Amino acid sequence: MDVGVSEEESGMSSGSLQDFKEGCQNAIPICLGYIAVSFAFGIESAKVGMTPFQAAMTSLLNVTSAGQFSALEIIARNGSFIELAVLQFIINLRYMLMSCALSQKLDSSVSTGHRLGISYGVTDEIFGVSVLKKGKLYPMFSYGLIFTSVFGWVLGTVLGAVAGQLLPQRLISCLGLAIYGMFIAIIIPETRSSKAVALVVICAMVMSCVFTYAPFLKLISSGFRIIIVTIAVAAVAAILAPIKEERNE
Amino acid sequence: MSKVYLYILLMAVVTYLIRALPLTLIRKEIKSKFIRSFLYYVPYATLAAMTFPAILKATDYVASSIAGFAVALILAFNKKSLLTVAGCACGAAFLVELLL
Repeated sequence: MDVGVSEEESGMSSGSLQDFKEGCQNAIPICLGYIAVSFAFGIESAKVGMTPFQAAMTSLLNVTSAGQFSALEIIARNGSFIELAVLQFIINLRYMLMSCALSQKLDSSVSTGHRLGISYGVTDEIFGVSVLKKGKLYPMFSYGLIFTSVFGWVLGTVLGAVAGQLLPQRLISCLGLAIYGMFIAIIIPETRSSKAVALVVICAMVMSCVFTYAPFLKLISSGFRIIIVTIAVAAVAAILAPIKEERNE
Repeated sequence: MSKVYLYILLMAVVTYLIRALPLTLIRKEIKSKFIRSFLYYVPYATLAAMTFPAILKATDYVASSIAGFAVALILAFNKKSLLTVAGCACGAAFLVELLL
């Protein structure tokens, strides 16, 4: 790691080694949660005939839970490339919204290179920690988050692919909750201080339920469902309860 | 078998472009109050929609999923850490499955 950022001490820097460490620390829970979730992915990948190396490569290059799980089904039945590309686009389109939100958190002086680096690690959890972080977001902090999280994601994948079958089914079953536990831990605390956020969470859950079980609506794929619910609920909330501007300088 | 690598690379490229385009293209601070508010609510809406009702099918039994969900909600509401919430949710589900 290069610590020589002294030329840019004016607050426009990409951050210091300290920020990197802080990012790593913040990502420890994500890392452990990822090990649990990607462990399940490793098990599934072995079932469709992927080697541990291929599974690890998938995790390292994609870092997307829902996308990877859904891809396994297409790979298993030798589906078309177009189908895979469209499915990934739809399921992961929410990252585009997250990247838009994240772009507002970065100083406008952050270089394209750093932006390309941060882009690699836009996941639900890394985004959640990044965007809710107090103060400015430094690239080094993001790299710490990404490094630690992806380490857990790949490690869990390999463990699952190699040794998954050794665990009792009951344990594997319960590990499936880990990722949702993480989501809940990210969104629920804010509902205490903001009624608008509480309503957003409840409405999104109710609407997602309707789309899952109602006739016709349930034909919409899970990726599209999440996109529709997100855009509808966030747009209505933005109209009814616009955020107060605090960052006027 | 090499087709698997093509699958992997294709999904990696698609996923990376989705992430990289907004971050590299949007340089300025967005002034629109609507868009700023919209983006503020996005993570809450997305993660909530992804969690429910999918969490009910996260384990082999709905009962253990509900137990894990309830424990996660209570702990998160009391501002416990990510790891505590996720770990206890799994633990609660495991206990329920032992009783089933």
